[in-house]
Amino acid sequence: MTNAQQAKIQVRNLSKVFGSDTKKALQLRDQGLNRSQILEQTGQTLGLSNIDFDVHEGELLVIMGLSGSGKSTLIRCLNRLIEPTEGDIIIDGENIPQLSEKALLQCRRKHFSMVFQNFALFPHRTVRMNAEYGLEIRGIPKEERAKKAADALKQVGLEGWEDSYPNQLSGGMQQRVGLARALANDSSVLLMDEAFSALDPLIRRDMQQELIELQHRMQKTTIFITHDLDEALNIGDRIILLRDGEEVQIGTPEEILTSPADDYVARFTQGVDRSRVVTARRAMRPVRATARIEDGPRTVLRKMVESSLDSIYVIDRERKLLGVVDAEKADEAAKAGADSIRELIDDDYPCVGPDESLSRLYSMFTKRHCPIAVVDEEQRLLGVVVKGAVLEQLATAGEA
Amino acid sequence: MNFEIPRIPLGSWIESGLNFLTTEFSGVTRAISRTTQAGINLLNDGLMWLPEWALLGLIVLLCWRLSGRRLAIGAALGLALIWNLGLWNPMIQTLTLVVIATLVAVVIALPLGILAAVSDRFYRVIMPVLDFMQTMPAFVYLIPAIPFFGIGSVSGIFATVIFAMPPAIRFTTLGIRQVPTELVEAADAFGSTRTQKLVKVQLPLSLPTLMGGINQTIMLSLSMVVIAAMIGANGLGSEVWRAIQRLRPGDGFEAGLAVVIMAMLLDRLTQSFRGRKRAK
Repeated sequence: MTNAQQAKIQVRNLSKVFGSDTKKALQLRDQGLNRSQILEQTGQTLGLSNIDFDVHEGELLVIMGLSGSGKSTLIRCLNRLIEPTEGDIIIDGENIPQLSEKALLQCRRKHFSMVFQNFALFPHRTVRMNAEYGLEIRGIPKEERAKKAADALKQVGLEGWEDSYPNQLSGGMQQRVGLARALANDSSVLLMDEAFSALDPLIRRDMQQELIELQHRMQKTTIFITHDLDEALNIGDRIILLRDGEEVQIGTPEEILTSPADDYVARFTQGVDRSRVVTARRAMRPVRATARIEDGPRTVLRKMVESSLDSIYVIDRERKLLGVVDAEKADEAAKAGADSIRELIDDDYPCVGPDESLSRLYSMFTKRHCPIAVVDEEQRLLGVVVKGAVLEQLATAGEA
Repeated sequence: MNFEIPRIPLGSWIESGLNFLTTEFSGVTRAISRTTQAGINLLNDGLMWLPEWALLGLIVLLCWRLSGRRLAIGAALGLALIWNLGLWNPMIQTLTLVVIATLVAVVIALPLGILAAVSDRFYRVIMPVLDFMQTMPAFVYLIPAIPFFGIGSVSGIFATVIFAMPPAIRFTTLGIRQVPTELVEAADAFGSTRTQKLVKVQLPLSLPTLMGGINQTIMLSLSMVVIAAMIGANGLGSEVWRAIQRLRPGDGFEAGLAVVIMAMLLDRLTQSFRGRKRAK
């Protein structure tokens, strides 16, 4: 999966030492000393050590860690708000740490827009002027930047607030301005530094949902920093876990939850609402029996009896799902002497994609008794999910 | 064990240094002197050209628009008293000196303050210099002013600028350094050049503090131009000076009262300007 996707940013061997004698600190690091030992011996803080990862084009990558884990340092190294001590950050063939001051300026303008934890809106500028800031400093003509800023403000739902000042808006709305300022700039990467951490929980959820939708719509490569695992699992396509300036694990939310790299991650992931993260694929079972469209009612009945099913899914030659047949109906048809099940097929059946989260499946069980069909994009039947499997999955994942 | 440490001839070093400067740079000092004097004359004549009641009306109007009714009434009463006491012309002369000294001080202080905000090294160099400038007894500046610019208003302005400039520098630096890091980061993250960052973010956000510095400079200028009467600067100060020499406490008190009225008006006016900016 990762090989097929194009890397937008490649980070290689990135390290950051805070202090004046950085070489010494890195030497000690290479000798195997840890962060606190290095601090004790040299007075230097090892902020980041040997960070390696790719950011794929169009993905939402979450960098997660507790305070002091180096996540803010990491995101600031990407656009060199903090100078990295060693390592490469390659974006579109340019190695950011080696850029001259002038080239860095161009690189920041072209590639990076940033959204900040405490919004960092310019209080002396209106909402519109805030949104225009990135374009203004690039010397974009007035009409064009007015248009782009208006578009961006519309994207985040702030039409009509253009002439307000930031202090007249609520926290959630202020961060929308922050987001609009970043979007208007039309850079290729969006950096979000704890962007929702200062918001209250309800608004935070809304913003997360909106970010996910926005991201699907615009396919903008996004790097999102958070200390909140729930948030990371909720929005991330992939997650990088940091601890003490080191990478602990990289993976999809599900991988982090179901196969934690070590005890640290496992402890971290306890208490997470798994149903939102574990997907249908995991709870899915192979189908015990399926009916073919050519089958007659008697054949179908026999298949159901053999596998002790109340209903059976009907597929065509390509395993495409056509619908479901009820045992009762098949029985009636057989008694009436029908020779095809075509008329019996009910196309109102519960059906989800393999990446659907388990929490969505709960509500589907209440509607019908038949298991939930899991299909791929071509509507081919991959398997089914029964009620018991969902509960079992939640229970076992909790122990992992 | 009883040997004498020779006295360090600090004073004579400074004097020979000053002598060197006055002789070598007499062309420069004379040019500065001429320009400043021309500025003083122009502003002074302009303000004098207006009839008293017209200028009084203008100032009251300004107070009313910038601050409100209370300051306007205060200004009207205060200025009328000064007029009545026959101190109108000395007041105009003092006002001229304050305005010019403040202008010069701010023009020099702004770039220095910005530089000190941006460069830590310059900050470490200039701060002790500012301490020196502010704590050295103000009278001392009067002495070298005379060989440079001769007796008169220009020397007064020279001494005043040195004495009144430090707060403008300090407040500019403070204001810029107080801009929240996140806002500076935001400006950087979008790829602002140094100048863009300064003009679009740092300076606008430090404006209230900066105005505070200018207010301080105006107040210090006022106190210094009065003292500068000792080296021939005209205005209310020379009225006080004359009263001292003739031992006439009544005259001295009247002129002193006029200075107090001016100080209050200037202070309230600049503060209301500062408040307005913040409220916006």
